[in-house]
Amino acid sequence: MAAHGAVLSLCRFIKPFGGGRLGNTVKVFGTTLTSHRNKSGLNPPPAKYGGRHTVTLIPGDGIGPELLNHVREVFRFSCVPVDFEVVHVNSALETDDDMNNAITAIRRNGVALKGNIETKHTLPASVKSRNNVLRTSLDLYANVMHCQSLPGVQTRHKNIDIMIIRENTEGEYSSLEHESVSGVVESLKIITRNNSLRIAEYAFQLARDKGRRRVTAVHKANIMKLGDGLFLQCCKEVASGYPDITFDSMIVDNTTMQLVSKPQQFDVMVMPNLYGNVVSNVCAGLVGGPGLVPGANYGRDYAVFETATRNTGKSIAGRNIANPTALLLASCMMLDHLELNDHATSIRNAVLTTMNETRLHTADIGGQGTTLEVVQSIMRIIQSKGQLTSEF
Amino acid sequence: VHRFIGCAAIVSRVLGSFKNGSPQPRNFIREMQTVTLIPGDGIGPEISNAVMKIFEAANAPIEWEERNVTAIKGPGGKWMIPPDAKESMDRNKIGLKGPLKTPIAAGHPSMNLLLRKTFDLYANVRPCVSIEGYKTPYTDVNLVTIRENTEGEYSGIEHLIVDGVVQSIKLITEQASERIAEYAFEYARNNQRASVTAVHKANIMRMSDGLFLRKCREAAEKHKDVKFTEMYLDTVCLNMVQDPTQFDVLVMPNLYGDILSDLCAGLIGGLGVTPSGNIGANGVAIFESVHGTAPDIAGKDFANPTALLLSAVMMLRHMGLHSHGKKIETACFDTIRDKKVLTKDLGGNSKCSEFTEAICQKVRDMD
Repeated sequence: MAAHGAVLSLCRFIKPFGGGRLGNTVKVFGTTLTSHRNKSGLNPPPAKYGGRHTVTLIPGDGIGPELLNHVREVFRFSCVPVDFEVVHVNSALETDDDMNNAITAIRRNGVALKGNIETKHTLPASVKSRNNVLRTSLDLYANVMHCQSLPGVQTRHKNIDIMIIRENTEGEYSSLEHESVSGVVESLKIITRNNSLRIAEYAFQLARDKGRRRVTAVHKANIMKLGDGLFLQCCKEVASGYPDITFDSMIVDNTTMQLVSKPQQFDVMVMPNLYGNVVSNVCAGLVGGPGLVPGANYGRDYAVFETATRNTGKSIAGRNIANPTALLLASCMMLDHLELNDHATSIRNAVLTTMNETRLHTADIGGQGTTLEVVQSIMRIIQSKGQLTSEF
Repeated sequence: VHRFIGCAAIVSRVLGSFKNGSPQPRNFIREMQTVTLIPGDGIGPEISNAVMKIFEAANAPIEWEERNVTAIKGPGGKWMIPPDAKESMDRNKIGLKGPLKTPIAAGHPSMNLLLRKTFDLYANVRPCVSIEGYKTPYTDVNLVTIRENTEGEYSGIEHLIVDGVVQSIKLITEQASERIAEYAFEYARNNQRASVTAVHKANIMRMSDGLFLRKCREAAEKHKDVKFTEMYLDTVCLNMVQDPTQFDVLVMPNLYGDILSDLCAGLIGGLGVTPSGNIGANGVAIFESVHGTAPDIAGKDFANPTALLLSAVMMLRHMGLHSHGKKIETACFDTIRDKKVLTKDLGGNSKCSEFTEAICQKVRDMD
């Protein structure tokens, strides 16, 4: 871990000199000493050249490419100073070259926006899920998802406001499997003290920053006594350092039961990888579906933004019916991360205002609008607020 | 008097109804079937009494054999259930169980785990049907979760590799996966369900869930009359809370089954109204209520017997006594829908005995 960090900082020293962008070397040099991922937001990541940021864009499969095109369109229209470096990953290939290129690009730029990459079952089991490889290689240890009931969307439950922080690199997703005896497969779930402490620290710090009152740890320590027991213990340790925040814990099956009957009782939730998958999907379903919720993956040095439920949406690809809200809100989260808050706010407000128009709802939330109509409405609202825009 | 009509034609008609399970308006069974009853702890005894009363009112041909299961140390130091309980179950094959408490630090594993190991209860079946009269945000839920109950993430194999690193092993075997997949399709066929969905995470756990999925696919090939689909766990969760009507029978490994079956129970109103059955090898089947022992209301006549009653109805259906099952289930649902006599957890103010009496009355009125 220390060596990794040392190499990284070394890269940042070499980059401004070795790369082709020699302008503003001093400014870049001065800001390279700080980490991109600074929770208190004091030091922005370095703007690369002429005040414009470069962000890696991975289109992925299914609805990813078309929705990311819409994101670029909205950015171009709103004159957002972000350039996208597009890296394609072919999910049908067995080699890792595409993925390595993508990871290198993200290391270079520090920030990425991505669609979901499909995991084809026809490939042999040694080909791991590419999304997972990305997360573990870049050590994006925290997956953050904010589920909020939107006023314009009809759901069974109202007034939901839950932040879910999910450990993103270990647990059941370690991808360590072997067939020791023919017909018997073992899959390892790894829980480490370091990662559990790290994610708990992240959760409590985020709760404090956002003014939240309660953190709930979700686990199954009655059955997995050592594994989830360690996770729970780490959460308790970190909790003692935050006396202003209430800490409690809940077993995962009870959690899902409570979520479908009384989701308003939850505030911030922290959990290992697999339970995070279940709980985040349940919460996304409760607030209106996969098309509405953005997700962010934060590491110490990198940040990757995508939809919260990570669907490829193959069945609706190319039909102009996908909901662009989740990816647009994810791109707003990215703009906040890049300290371009004004642009983030303007696009976000436009998206949420459009959400209130039932006429423009896409099929996944019960309407008949098309993706294009939604995007154009968003752009019209941005224009109407009087900010500088490009032509349609 | 009608019970003792020993006409050969009627007996053969009744025996025929056993085989294909078609409902008969009157059931002239002479032979009683013995079922092992484990009342359990806490509210267990009172809800078991309630069930016995209702069964008597319905003239169900069930004879109850009560047994207690407290862990005892057998020869060799291994914890086991009392031998008379085991012998009774092995003889009767069918059991009904109330909630059992798991004492902390008693030195022995949970009773449920012991029962599971003793009888190799490999399938946990939970039908989740919305109860008319008990309002939840979800209506028209009608699905069944079938969960593999012996291996998977709950194999209990954990190691401390080095200080600060713990490894839990999830075990998936070909045998167990094949067994549960076969059971799922058979269940679908026997209960007229249209489709079976395998729930997995084979994109991440390529080999283990991959094996499970392969076995499900193979079983699907053998049961072409039942539709088979496969869906990722996260997609199922996402769709379940938005539109549960799209699901029919779900089959899955242990952990996902635990989470999903409780999720579905939450959709229809919680563990207080959800039935559950465990199917074991050698034809053993134990039906149980999955709620806790509720020691704070034990003995005060506040308990709600619905969960145990619906599990008992599931048991009747499993035994082929469909008409009795239907009668009792209808009486129970009607009582809840009337809203006149409801226990506290269902939103009313009545006692357990009053609720039971109301159901008994409805059952008697149906004859």
